[in-house]
Amino acid sequence: MELYRVLMSGSGGQGVITMAIVLAEAACLYEGLTAIQSQSYGPEARGGATRSDVIIADGPIFFPKVLQPNFLVALTNEASNRYVPLIRPGGICLYDTDLVQLDLRVDARPRGLPMYSAVMKEFGKAQSFNICVLGAMAALIGAVVSLNSLERVLLTRFGPSRHEHNCRALRMGAEMAAPMVDA
Amino acid sequence: MAFRDYIRERFFPHIWCPGCGHGIVLNALLHTVEDLGLERTSLCMVSGIGCSSRIAGYVDFHTMHTMHGRALACATGLKLAKPSLNVFVPMGDGDATAIGGNHFIHACRRNIDLTAIVLNNRIYGMTGGQFSPLSGRGVLATTAPYRSIDEPFDIVKLALGAGATFVARTTAFHVLEIRSLLKKAMLHKGISVLEILVQCPTYFGRKNGQGGAVEMMELYRDNTAPLDSKKLEDNPSLIPRGIFRADAKPEYCEEYARVVARAKE
Amino acid sequence: MSGAVASPPPAGGAGGAKRGAVAPDAHFVQGNEACVRGAMYAGLNFFAGYPITPSTEIAEHLADILPRNGGVFIQMEDEIASMCAVCGAALAGAKAMTATSGPGFSLKQEAIGYACMTEIPCVIVNVQRGGPSTGLPTKVAQGDVMQSRWGTHGDHSIVVLTASSVQDIFEITIEGFNISETYRTPVILLFDEVVGHMREKLVVPAPGEIAVVDRLYTEVKAGVNYHPYLPREDGRLPVSDFGGVHRYNVTGLFHDIFGFPTENADQVSRLIYHLVDKIENRAHLLARWKEYHLDDAEHIILSYGASARSARHLAETRRGKGDRIGLLELQTLWPFPAALVREKTAHAKSVFVAEMNMGQIAAQVKQAVNKPDRVFLVNRMDGMLVTPTDIGAVMRTVEGRGF
Repeated sequence: MELYRVLMSGSGGQGVITMAIVLAEAACLYEGLTAIQSQSYGPEARGGATRSDVIIADGPIFFPKVLQPNFLVALTNEASNRYVPLIRPGGICLYDTDLVQLDLRVDARPRGLPMYSAVMKEFGKAQSFNICVLGAMAALIGAVVSLNSLERVLLTRFGPSRHEHNCRALRMGAEMAAPMVDA
Repeated sequence: MAFRDYIRERFFPHIWCPGCGHGIVLNALLHTVEDLGLERTSLCMVSGIGCSSRIAGYVDFHTMHTMHGRALACATGLKLAKPSLNVFVPMGDGDATAIGGNHFIHACRRNIDLTAIVLNNRIYGMTGGQFSPLSGRGVLATTAPYRSIDEPFDIVKLALGAGATFVARTTAFHVLEIRSLLKKAMLHKGISVLEILVQCPTYFGRKNGQGGAVEMMELYRDNTAPLDSKKLEDNPSLIPRGIFRADAKPEYCEEYARVVARAKE
Repeated sequence: MSGAVASPPPAGGAGGAKRGAVAPDAHFVQGNEACVRGAMYAGLNFFAGYPITPSTEIAEHLADILPRNGGVFIQMEDEIASMCAVCGAALAGAKAMTATSGPGFSLKQEAIGYACMTEIPCVIVNVQRGGPSTGLPTKVAQGDVMQSRWGTHGDHSIVVLTASSVQDIFEITIEGFNISETYRTPVILLFDEVVGHMREKLVVPAPGEIAVVDRLYTEVKAGVNYHPYLPREDGRLPVSDFGGVHRYNVTGLFHDIFGFPTENADQVSRLIYHLVDKIENRAHLLARWKEYHLDDAEHIILSYGASARSARHLAETRRGKGDRIGLLELQTLWPFPAALVREKTAHAKSVFVAEMNMGQIAAQVKQAVNKPDRVFLVNRMDGMLVTPTDIGAVMRTVEGRGF
């Protein structure tokens, strides 16, 4: 069964694809789940619309793309305008309140957090923004992918020198989202 | 190893026209490998398409007769896969500088240890006498019945500009000079480009009022002069012959071996 | 992938691992990286390439991995040169590969023909994108099916394989090298942007678990006449590397058993039949496929590459609702496994071919089956992966149940 169909969207350079890879890899390698990650992108390395899809399931996944996400991450206005209408009724929309003015006209649960300003305040630069978003996501999707699993992926992908920093950003996102987690 | 041991005798007489300069180059090449006492199994020849590329069929080396213009690209793969081979790449002027122009400049830039010989007869011979990038303005050819308006390349300058580390020029008239330059080109570590002006009496000489093979070779004698010679000093419009560059620079296969060593650290 | 018989899918499918149980040699990688790992498993030691989307990751990974393993990686000046360098390296004994997409595949056709004619074993990866021309560089398509078969000029035959998952890409890449070595032929791995770029689990088997075919060398001793182009009775040509004891000629011209040019009509005819027959006569041996729920299938979807994932999704969903839908997923596209397709679809009411082109495989299927008017194309060429809904809509229409 497909547990989560995640669509992560933003602009090139925000780390959307990296975030998707880390989430899917954690689910696949450390949670014993099936995961698939794909992306669609344009010619721009920076700027432009970026989107990455992650499907997490406890069985096989065939069609690899997300058509109707039950979890949308929107990190720019352009992304939210484009993808919010796709959200499956009752799905979650995680967005950054600093970057996105959400115009929610669908049946979805909005989860807005000031992650960008929090990261800037804490670290002085936006580098860990995507990791913070990932932490918030992990909290919102509950027990599906644990922070521990995500940390293991961060360590193998980015090495020990940035690890402490990355873990802090991850935990920060999770803590920010904690009050919004549904009982 | 005797001279004749380096050829595949059963394929003679060769396909070239009477008076063609290509046989002279083949002869010089065989003398060079004989002088150097090279083992046949260490010798490799990669050629493209055209009259010059048929040299590969006559030498008892490992021979690869490839596609038009692609000889240097094929040779690059071969040499990198087995750097111990001595690889000769004979090319025609169209082969090397028109359809194979990109491969030519990049082989020069890369400084891979190949001996590139450009047999420049200023014409496409095998297809029947069309103008090439070396023909120059005013030449008559089957595709330039009103005379060519195309400016020519200068192979020596092209090779120098592209970064070749050994660049030389001679002509089919200067038989011993071909041998000595070829020997130096062969021994040079890195890309060596040797331009040899060769007569095509059938399609170039006849059509452009240069006469037959003998007259064309007399032109090579009269219209060229060694670098740093009094003759050239007195008449700078002559075509210079000799070695234009012989620089020691890192060779590509050796550099790649260093990459492997770094990667394995 | 051993043998010609497709293995039935494991119960629960490839992703049916129990939660918490993850193989230690499991990786989460892109299809393009799985291709690289498969190639290394098969013994790749030479790669020449040129950057092009969406295949570039193959070059990037190999630029890192090959030197560490003592192999050669070279970025050539263009696509043409890359394919030429592969031909040269293979003659010197290397297991050689190049990778490209779209326009790059067009440019490589000349040297692919040379490799066919000279019987140089090599592997060419084409991660397909939208075309023609520059087309849709970052979007998916399967429009190069006929080009992979007929892209180079002149009569010839060639082997083209494809895959629909990261694990399958790994295995089919090894298979590609094995076929290439066995029959001394270029093999094209025809992937697509979706399978090349998506990430999923790859379990790399231990060395030796999947058989690897090495080059067959001649036993002819030095000083004895070696005929580089005299096939054995089984169609294989024992080789001698450039630099070895046997010196011979290789040419893109029609040639005799010594490798020297010939215009002798008899020799020319013999060579062209050899080049075609060595592959076409083995279509049954070269066929690789996967099949799902075919036994009682009323309607069969035939698909390959990324499209086959959508087809499988639909087949599984509708099976769950009691519909008798089956899926035949081709992994060998050329030589086209016509006999297999005919046999597997013999009892189906209709065959739906799902692919992202104007019907390049559908046309082959129509030729292969007994009832060509019951073959229907489900396609999409807008840069988007054909969806299960797309396939379902065409099936409903054909079944007379409305759109």
